[in-house]
Amino acid sequence: MNRSHRNGAGSGCLGTMEVKSKFGAEFRRFSLERSKPGKFEEFYGLLQHVHKIPTVDVLVAYTDIHGDLLPINNDDNYHKAVSTANPLLRIFIQKKEEADYSVFGTDPLTKKKNVLSNVLRPDNHRKKPHIVISMPQDFRPVSSIIDVDILPETHRRVRLYKYGIEKPLGFYIRDGSRVRVTPHGLEKVPGIFISRLVPGGLAQSTGLLAVNDEVLEVNGIEVSGKSLDQVTDMMIANSRNLIITVRPANQRNNVVRNSRTSGSSGQSADTSLLNYSQQIEPSFGLEDEDSDEDVILDGNGVPQHSPTAVPTAESLESLTQIELRFEPGQNGCIPSQHMNLARLASSSTNTELETYAPDQNLLEEDGTIITL
Amino acid sequence: MRRFLRPGPDPERERLKQDLFQFNKTVEHGFPHQPSALGYSPSLRVLAIGTRSGAIKLYGAPGVEFMGLHRENNTVVQIHFLPGQCQLVTLLDDNSLHLWSLKVKGGVSELQEEESFILRSPPGAAPSATQITVVMPHSSRPLLYLGTESGNVFAVQLPAFRVLEDSTISSGAVLQRLPEEARHRRVFEMVEALQEHPRDPNQILIGYSRGLAVIWDLQSSCVLYYFLSSQQLESASWQRDGRLIVSCHSNGSYCQWPVSGDAQQLEPLSNCVPYGPFPCKAITKIFWLTTKKGLPFTIFQGGVPRASYGDRHCISVVHGSQQTAFDFTSRVIDFTVLTEVDPTAAFDDPYALVVLAEEELVVIDLKTAGWPVLQPPYLASLHCSAITCSYHTSNIPLKLWECVIAAGSRQSAHFSTMEWPIDGGTSLAPPPPQRDLLLTGHEDGTVRFWDASGVCLRLLYKLSTAHVFLTDTDLNENLHPEAEDDWPPLRKVGSFDPYSDDPRLGIQKIVLCKYSGHLAVAGTAGQVLVMELNDEAAEHTVEQAEADLLQNQTGYRWKGHERLCARPGPLHFEPGFQPFMLVQCQPPAVVTSLALHSEWRLVAFGTSHGFGLFDFQQRRQVFVKCTLHPNDHLAMEGPLSRVKSLKKSLRQSFRRIRRSRVSGRKRRPAGPSGEVPEASARVERVGLQNMELAPVQRKIEARSAEDSFTGFVRTLYFADTFLRDSSHHCPSLWAGTNGGTIYAFSLRVPPAERRTAEPVRAEQAKEIQLMHRAPVVGILVLDGHSVPLPEPLEVAHDLSKSPDMQGSHQLLVVSEEQLKVFTLPKVNAKLKLKLTALEGSRVRRVSVAHFGSRRNEDYGEHHLAILTNLGDVQVVSLPLLKPQVRFSCIRREDVSGIASCVFTKYGQGFYLISPSEFERFSLSTKWLVEPRCLVESTDARKHNCPHNGGGPETTMTPARNSGSQNDQEERSPGLVMEHALLNDEKVLREVQSTLEAGRASHGDWQSHKVAVGHRLSNGGGFGGEEAVSDPIIHDRSECVPPFLLAE
Repeated sequence: MNRSHRNGAGSGCLGTMEVKSKFGAEFRRFSLERSKPGKFEEFYGLLQHVHKIPTVDVLVAYTDIHGDLLPINNDDNYHKAVSTANPLLRIFIQKKEEADYSVFGTDPLTKKKNVLSNVLRPDNHRKKPHIVISMPQDFRPVSSIIDVDILPETHRRVRLYKYGIEKPLGFYIRDGSRVRVTPHGLEKVPGIFISRLVPGGLAQSTGLLAVNDEVLEVNGIEVSGKSLDQVTDMMIANSRNLIITVRPANQRNNVVRNSRTSGSSGQSADTSLLNYSQQIEPSFGLEDEDSDEDVILDGNGVPQHSPTAVPTAESLESLTQIELRFEPGQNGCIPSQHMNLARLASSSTNTELETYAPDQNLLEEDGTIITL
Repeated sequence: MRRFLRPGPDPERERLKQDLFQFNKTVEHGFPHQPSALGYSPSLRVLAIGTRSGAIKLYGAPGVEFMGLHRENNTVVQIHFLPGQCQLVTLLDDNSLHLWSLKVKGGVSELQEEESFILRSPPGAAPSATQITVVMPHSSRPLLYLGTESGNVFAVQLPAFRVLEDSTISSGAVLQRLPEEARHRRVFEMVEALQEHPRDPNQILIGYSRGLAVIWDLQSSCVLYYFLSSQQLESASWQRDGRLIVSCHSNGSYCQWPVSGDAQQLEPLSNCVPYGPFPCKAITKIFWLTTKKGLPFTIFQGGVPRASYGDRHCISVVHGSQQTAFDFTSRVIDFTVLTEVDPTAAFDDPYALVVLAEEELVVIDLKTAGWPVLQPPYLASLHCSAITCSYHTSNIPLKLWECVIAAGSRQSAHFSTMEWPIDGGTSLAPPPPQRDLLLTGHEDGTVRFWDASGVCLRLLYKLSTAHVFLTDTDLNENLHPEAEDDWPPLRKVGSFDPYSDDPRLGIQKIVLCKYSGHLAVAGTAGQVLVMELNDEAAEHTVEQAEADLLQNQTGYRWKGHERLCARPGPLHFEPGFQPFMLVQCQPPAVVTSLALHSEWRLVAFGTSHGFGLFDFQQRRQVFVKCTLHPNDHLAMEGPLSRVKSLKKSLRQSFRRIRRSRVSGRKRRPAGPSGEVPEASARVERVGLQNMELAPVQRKIEARSAEDSFTGFVRTLYFADTFLRDSSHHCPSLWAGTNGGTIYAFSLRVPPAERRTAEPVRAEQAKEIQLMHRAPVVGILVLDGHSVPLPEPLEVAHDLSKSPDMQGSHQLLVVSEEQLKVFTLPKVNAKLKLKLTALEGSRVRRVSVAHFGSRRNEDYGEHHLAILTNLGDVQVVSLPLLKPQVRFSCIRREDVSGIASCVFTKYGQGFYLISPSEFERFSLSTKWLVEPRCLVESTDARKHNCPHNGGGPETTMTPARNSGSQNDQEERSPGLVMEHALLNDEKVLREVQSTLEAGRASHGDWQSHKVAVGHRLSNGGGFGGEEAVSDPIIHDRSECVPPFLLAE
């Protein structure tokens, strides 16, 4: 019956497409011109209009030819939905706050059975809390691989971004040793290694760090010759913007870049690292973009001479507004996007302090104090 | 690319740095840790102490000090000065002998090791055959007689340590020359005593452990007399005229044997058990000393009844009817008696008994009736009660200095008035430029005031706070008066008393205002005592106040120790510092920070719960502030004391074990001082690897606000600065916590005329939360010229320029991880130095120091002196926070050393290298306190012709060039040896021939190869190659066979 209905509709109007939209228990039927579906925004407005819910935020989904429920939230998947609808486009609308994300990618028909069973066994249902993965406004970098173009293939430089304290960095380091080939034969070299990743921690969830990776640098400073405690302290002190260079224990995932092979294959991994790290060190010092802006409160409640009086305490943006003064280009390597974004902060390599002192006025002007 | 590299160092600044900064470890104050041997030279009047870590320290007149260190780091077992010379021989527990000499160089004497030697046994003999038990330097020949475990006595010629085979007195030879009846009774066993005849250098007394003693004639190689005792012999000695021998035995008896005529005595003249009749401990050493007045002195160690006094460490002095058994608080290592030096004098006439106990040196005056103890000018037992904190102030006004000395001299009335008898050598060090005080707080509640101006750390005054409080032990002591028998006539001597009555009495913080004589001390149980200097005895009640630091925090229960109860009623106070105010923190947690402002008459104190301000003029609390974080459950529930103290005590006991283990290593010089020991860290790490320890992990996690003990107040600071606006400055109090929070309070202190009438008011003005949340260890305000604000009352006494109040002030906050400068009053971040992020070290101690230039008298700069957790000391410039210099100072494992460090205002510092010793170091070129002294042998003094090379150099180099001096000292042994080697043509030829002949081996070469290799690798000639990359070394090694051979 279904089939005959579809056929009939299809034969009846060739240029148009029938849409059946379901919101709650209500159905609406309308048609669209298949060749000119328009934009997702317009379609969304239309749906709100036909269901008479102009102010409700909703999630839009459709069933594809395999019967899977797929979301429509941009032009691309809207067009895809329109082009594959044959002949009827079945639309399901859910209120955003009530949305059941687990239904996506599943057959709504089989899903219904699941829903039933979920109702009967409610704890089963709770096992799968949904994770919002498609909200663009939530996108933020958690980690990145940086300086790929200048590091030897055997090394990886990973940047971890720490937002607040909700997710721990979550890894442990230990002392260890690595065997190195020297002209005298094999030689044991002491080193610092990642010993454990905390499940659910930032380090584990990025997938960029693994147990037994050797830590070579912390924020541009080589760790060789430093004790485990020293390296721990350095990492914690830099924890808001931690950049660590590792030699991954598993080298099979490395990208082989043929552009550099002629140059780097002749060199040993160690020496090439050394050269590069020396070059980029200054730029790292400057790159410490988050800096620790200290919170300053005027405690007397009577801001007599303070320039502004805002009742809430906010963190200062005093030091982050300064433009990067140095071009971080390295020998013809294209500076990464990342570098360009980097801002000068009050870090303290020697270089920086020397350049820093004459600019104190600038820094002072940029500082703002929010007082109680 | 160039421009990204650090700009090259400014040459002018580099030159200036050399004039300002220099690192030296100058002198060790206090009593050597784990002493193991004592030596004394009657001719030089110099005392030597050897330690278990292989150090020897020489002491003469106050200021005359030398230190030497054996390369082997083995225990020094014996020290013997060569009679009449500036040389001494040490025996280590690895059976090696070392010859040291004091050589004059550039007008000052230096202690150097000349030669070392191990007595080799003939092939096939047991190792005990050459195990040295006694060493006797011969008085008139350059000979050393060595008694061994096998009973043989070897003769060794000095200075080359050549064994004279002919002169060996073997036990067999002695046996042959004994009459039949003595021969069959005993075997010889080891040599216990070797003594030269006091008059006849050809006769020596040899005592064997089984009880036989013989007088041996060196020329005719025969036994002159023999004495057979029925008991094991412990020691034996001559009477001064050589007519009597005294032997002491393992059963606690001593015997006198006459040495007269031809008749052979088989029985002793007298046999006496001084503390019989019950079994006694052995008498291990005995002196029999004659006096002009007739009655001899008998001085012996041990011999007390075994059952009742076996655990005592006694030395008995018997003189006629007087007898005293001096009872020492720690084990007696060795003792000696100072007697008439002139060998021709008829009598010994002893005047002082010098006893080296494990924890202190005690010198007893034998001339004065009652045998009182002398107060040593050096070798003070810093640790008579464990040191819990220290505080240093420089430039003490004369008035305060005199008051302290006067108060102290009253306390030392019971000491002998005898001049210090060990007064050899002359100190050439310039008189100290200023008066410095080092104050140490102790576990028993005392504060000791030390004169730290010069080389000798001298106790000036001891202040006890214990009698202000009622302690648990008070009652017990009254119940048990010393109810001991009259016999043996024991007398306690020495000040070492490691047992604290009540740990709550321990002193944790000290602040002294040197101008007003106000002293604030704070202790373990939250007590803060404010004291005033009074040069008269007084009787008054100490006023009490309570500071409730928790305020309205609820749900809190303190589970730690209780507060100390103050003794009620008026108390009697001796002249000196007298407490007048007691502020008790509640809960009674350890006071963690203390600040005193004597001009405003305010004292601020902080604990792990908060901080408070007290007005000691009006005796009124100004305010308290609780710093507990509401989430800090650990501190809230108060297991602070219990959990932590258990943890702490465990840690301390581990530390104690470790300290005893590492004490052998502690003195090993860590390369040229000032070099950051990256290589050694690497070596350590490799060493650790080899030990196959379970891997140590470290968690990497950002600090969060919920961490425990964030409320712990780490630092308090008073400043008169622009806290609210840039036109009015006002008094302020700053407090920094463990969680990186800084609180600033503006204070309103009434003017002097209304000071008693109007109350002091305080208002919170600022609160700064450092985002990195590291503990705040220092707060400082810099004036308009970027000079740190002066101390209270400093300006009033014209000792400092008044601060610049026109320009803008800056706030310097030092956390464990960063140094940060803020502008005032707006508190804008201006500069910072991220120490931890860059090198992984943390700030442990920070202090402002003034560094004077050695070239220009008037030039000086203020900088920060910083000690990190890695044991490095750094200088960081003010106000731009540029690192200037960095030196490694303390081993990073030496946690207690790092924790004990104090800096002075002029770039020096002290830290504990053992519980009983302060090491003094200096970062400044200008302020340097180090021993410079001259010791010459009697010959040299009389005829002005020195013994060992060099002219009679009496020209004194300018006093403060010791920087170069020190360098010389460090390098000189190597250079001298190299020189000697190259002068030795034979060796040179061998080296050359070896080089030419490749690997051809010579017979002679074998015997020298080790030595040559050592010199080459040490001499620095190959230093360059070591830095060259590996493959090149590989190539070269082909043509440098000696180098390889030696390796």
